[in-house]
Amino acid sequence: MKRMRQYDAIVIGAGHNGLCNAAYLAKAGLDVLVLERNPHIGGASVSRELYPGWTYSNCSYVCSLLRPEISRDLELAKHGLQVVPYHGGVTFTRDGDYFGNYPDAERLYREMARHSLRDANAYERFEADVTKQTRLIRQFLLATPPDPTSVKPKDLKGLIELASAFTGMGEEGLLDSVRFWTMSIGDFLDEYFESDVIKAHLSGSGVIGTALGVYSPGTAYVLLHHYMGEVDGNVGAWGFARGGMGAVANALANSLRACGGEIICDADVHRVIVERGRAAGVALADGTEYRAKLVVSNLDPKRTFLKCFDASDLPAAVVEQARNFKIRGSSGKLNIALDGLPTFNGLSPGSPLMLTDMHCTDSLERMERAYDDWKAGTWSKDPYVDMLIPTTVDPTMAPPGKHMMTVFVQYCPPTLADGPWTPEARDAFGQTVIDQLAEHSPNFKDLILDCEVRTPHELEDEVGLTEGNIFHGELTFDQLLFNRPFPGCAQYRGPLRGFYLCGSGTHPGGGVMAAPGANAAREILADLKRPDLTPPSYPND
Amino acid sequence: MTPHDDRMLLDTPFGSRVQAACELREWEPWKGYASPIAYEDMELEYFAVRNATGVFDLTPMTKYRIGGPDAAAFLNRLMTRDVGKIRPGRVGYAVWCNDAGMVLDDGTLFHLSRGDYRLCAQERCLDWLLTSALGLDLTIVDETAEVAALAVQGPTSCAALRAMGLEGLEALRPFGLRHYPFDGGELMVSRTGFTGDLGYEVWVAPAHAEALWDALFAAGRNHLIRPMGNAALELARIEAGFIQAGVDFVPAEQVVRHGRARSPFELGLDWLVDFDKGHFTGRGALLRERAEGSRFRFLRLDVEGNKPASESFILNKRGETVGHATSAAWCPSAKRNVALASLEMPWGRPEDELYAEIYTSRELRWTRVEARCRIIDGPIWDPPRRRQTPAPNF
Repeated sequence: MKRMRQYDAIVIGAGHNGLCNAAYLAKAGLDVLVLERNPHIGGASVSRELYPGWTYSNCSYVCSLLRPEISRDLELAKHGLQVVPYHGGVTFTRDGDYFGNYPDAERLYREMARHSLRDANAYERFEADVTKQTRLIRQFLLATPPDPTSVKPKDLKGLIELASAFTGMGEEGLLDSVRFWTMSIGDFLDEYFESDVIKAHLSGSGVIGTALGVYSPGTAYVLLHHYMGEVDGNVGAWGFARGGMGAVANALANSLRACGGEIICDADVHRVIVERGRAAGVALADGTEYRAKLVVSNLDPKRTFLKCFDASDLPAAVVEQARNFKIRGSSGKLNIALDGLPTFNGLSPGSPLMLTDMHCTDSLERMERAYDDWKAGTWSKDPYVDMLIPTTVDPTMAPPGKHMMTVFVQYCPPTLADGPWTPEARDAFGQTVIDQLAEHSPNFKDLILDCEVRTPHELEDEVGLTEGNIFHGELTFDQLLFNRPFPGCAQYRGPLRGFYLCGSGTHPGGGVMAAPGANAAREILADLKRPDLTPPSYPND
Repeated sequence: MTPHDDRMLLDTPFGSRVQAACELREWEPWKGYASPIAYEDMELEYFAVRNATGVFDLTPMTKYRIGGPDAAAFLNRLMTRDVGKIRPGRVGYAVWCNDAGMVLDDGTLFHLSRGDYRLCAQERCLDWLLTSALGLDLTIVDETAEVAALAVQGPTSCAALRAMGLEGLEALRPFGLRHYPFDGGELMVSRTGFTGDLGYEVWVAPAHAEALWDALFAAGRNHLIRPMGNAALELARIEAGFIQAGVDFVPAEQVVRHGRARSPFELGLDWLVDFDKGHFTGRGALLRERAEGSRFRFLRLDVEGNKPASESFILNKRGETVGHATSAAWCPSAKRNVALASLEMPWGRPEDELYAEIYTSRELRWTRVEARCRIIDGPIWDPPRRRQTPAPNF
């Protein structure tokens, strides 16, 4: 057994939250080591050249949630991150038409009116109501959730802030919020709209990354999770990280290194070393040990507690909570190298809709049926896709004139009804998706040069996401705020002294947000009685 | 389903003429249409309205046709004023509220013929209208694109329109309607406008729009007619003391932040609320407000000096912020420095000393003044010709 030098802190996993957490600890003067199982950093925020000349954002693929306070504070622009916004979306319909979610309000009105004049008129109310909820949640993203059972001044203050944010919405706002946080996206949309394709288009954000259907309670909140980000103050906007999502992780890593932090790749943490009831370091699969005064896990709660600990080192209740934690894989991914730009349902290559997220599911009925397949233990035969061609905006990801397409696919189960995933099943899943896209794009199949297909099996196996759940755990109300991941661990502290969680399984949850990493750093620095270096939220004006 | 139209901005049916006349090429989007900020010279365009005739393309205004046996009952339920008092052939200004008594929008209601109405407003509200129409026998059609309209405003406007062949127009009373044959079709002329002056609005099917423009400008040449853009209209409407949705209040359906909407009382529109006419949407909330008091007071202020109090805070004698200006302009005809302002209660009482905090830059040197404000009672700009019937010739 090799013994290495003692660090102040070890972070398990070089995902974006692990890197963000480590950067703040290093900034505070701690001697920090990040250990990454893969040969490359980034976790699910990664760019990979898997086909010569093409860069794939082969997990996460667009950027909005990344907290601007953190991006600025850690000087991510200086360290190489540029996020270029894109706006809008399009859903292709089976009759050869489409619904274009144009970024310009008036053109969107006209397009909505083409499908339903009444819906076009209802959209303003929908937008105002969603924005109300967005404003409510945004103020708590860079804050540790208060413990409702605690009487510590800090928790009481947090609870008062939480309560006053709700009551600040007025009586009606309060009631609307309780409904919104618990209802389904389908029911929510039915309250505003009548057009199938408009509802289907808007519902996607309610189920992406979630093993729930559009009529499952709790999915309205998931929509919010996709609307609460921003690009340069434009709330709800999404953008492309230039060079792919790996640019986010690389910039965080550069910022970390600039503060003196260290990253070791190909370092697969096998076990957290526990001595006298506190975390004392980690042991790798190859037996190498790294010692530290504290250990932070960027892994999801299930993987952290069930795979990186001897169960006997943990309180039994925590093991039980980790087992019960809901983290169900629901999505797959195709990354495709294209020989040219495909055309869709007659959309001209110059249409602004070519720069947006594209979808092929034109009714809530089809959305719900796609979920039914998942429940039956198979991938959706008529899947929901969230498809983009980043190379229409980013010139760095494919040779000039060539294109890269990222296709997020739902639903795709972590295991199949008739057994585990096989390469043949994976390819059949990929073919289902390709066939669906080809329904709307006559030249699509001919343009494919390479296609990487990833099911939840690959996402777990290669990236480490348990069951392939992209959010490190479902974003349902029972697993949010002071219940994320579960009571007792919701303030980033683990059940042992010197052990912390900083991944998306903690508040405020999944997506490339970096808020969990920074929030965890704040708690760690408080425990070390060091000044808080994490940035405060921009005011919610 | 209407066909795809991928253009960012549409042209109104007057588009060819407007484009030719818009020498400054200063455009702004207005409800999806390209709309000139100014054609040639904003000042000349403003003075055309006050001195001769200014012509404004108001086609992008939202227009709904509301008709059927229950149309009057529907509108009376929708609006705070007694719609029954708007006789056929007459036009009325109105506001409508949500159940909380907060203003959704204001606009003009044209009673075209018995039971047949046109509602003309800044904001779209079809979803609200259809919801409000549940259980009633009527039809509501968005006819925004089917009706082209020009505002023809100013002291020579009646003369210009008469020269175009609209005989007897001088006999039309304010807020009255008349129909004339034109170009094989029909013109509807209403004595209405957004300038506070003598003026008309001319409504026509899009197919006759270009012919209308051509005939009007040919007939109006000797009456010194000129097209006017949004900037001149904005100045004229502030001088007239009119409020505008999205500027002086946020339409209640668009409000995100709790407490930012306004009731009719809080916009100085008490005279439009009729509690005696029976039930209407928001009545209960407005009765409560009348009993318990409003949160805000809307005032028209005359601001000392000649610097417009645009976006100014309104301060009390102790220098505390008690409100803000929603619109402001130096008004060249009224010779007043007008600010429309929303103040927190109880401020704005006759005895209150109010000041507008005004920032001005001269050659990059900023100065800040606190200009005394005096509350304006009654109209700011109200020339006799605005109400005279027969309308004077100039």
